[in-house]
Amino acid sequence: MMLPQIAFFFLSAVTLISAVMVITRRNAVHSIIWLIVTLFSVGGIFLTLHAEFLFAVQVILYVGGIMVLFLFVVMLVNLDVALKQAQFNRQWQVALVTALVLMAELGYGIYRGHQGFTLAQVTATPMSGGNTQAVGLALYQDYMLAVEIASVLLLVAMVGAVIMAKRKIE
Amino acid sequence: MIPTHYYLFLGAALFTIGVVGVLTRRNIIVILMSIELILNAVNINLVAFSRYFQAVDGQVFAIFVITDAAAEAAVGLGLIIALFRNKETVNADEIDLLKW
Repeated sequence: MMLPQIAFFFLSAVTLISAVMVITRRNAVHSIIWLIVTLFSVGGIFLTLHAEFLFAVQVILYVGGIMVLFLFVVMLVNLDVALKQAQFNRQWQVALVTALVLMAELGYGIYRGHQGFTLAQVTATPMSGGNTQAVGLALYQDYMLAVEIASVLLLVAMVGAVIMAKRKIE
Repeated sequence: MIPTHYYLFLGAALFTIGVVGVLTRRNIIVILMSIELILNAVNINLVAFSRYFQAVDGQVFAIFVITDAAAEAAVGLGLIIALFRNKETVNADEIDLLKW
């Protein structure tokens, strides 16, 4: 087995196992720690796909930003009561079966259609200037308007979060 | 070279785990985390196809998905704080003010 295959299967296994841990832990802080493991290994999956810039974005933004936000909220919200209650709701059996049926459908569809993905297995030809330059050029040339809209979206989300978390609105 | 459909299988599995988390958990913070899992599954698919087509557009869309995830997490967690202040609970099935 080649090194990329080993890396891919190792990272996939870590991703899936830690994702299962995220949704089964009783303590929300443990869930967050496992989610950080998941996000790191998804970043590793991006590296196996030669998306180095996205790996950096994943680590800085997700692990560094969003997860700290989650941890702060868990500290602000008192979870001691919820820790002793039931963690799963009443329809969890039905939900599990439905999700497994969904998984089977997706897997069957991909398995039946995977021949279509084998036409152009291009060998690794890195884009000139590297991945970061290519992504940057695409962001600021082809997707200029979308970047501006995303920045406005972030501003709106920030203002909305501040207003909702405020104690009293005058 | 890893075939593209391996990545699609991984994305589908991660998506399903996220769906199970959203549908079965009571803790609303864990539900938000499951949504992050679903968004990551989408990102794996986008980047895998970006690699497959040797085009950078998929990665740009993945960046937009991450931006959306950040916005969603900020608003969602603000909502959770406001909700906990008013109802003293983080269980999704106890928050039924709009149920008739």
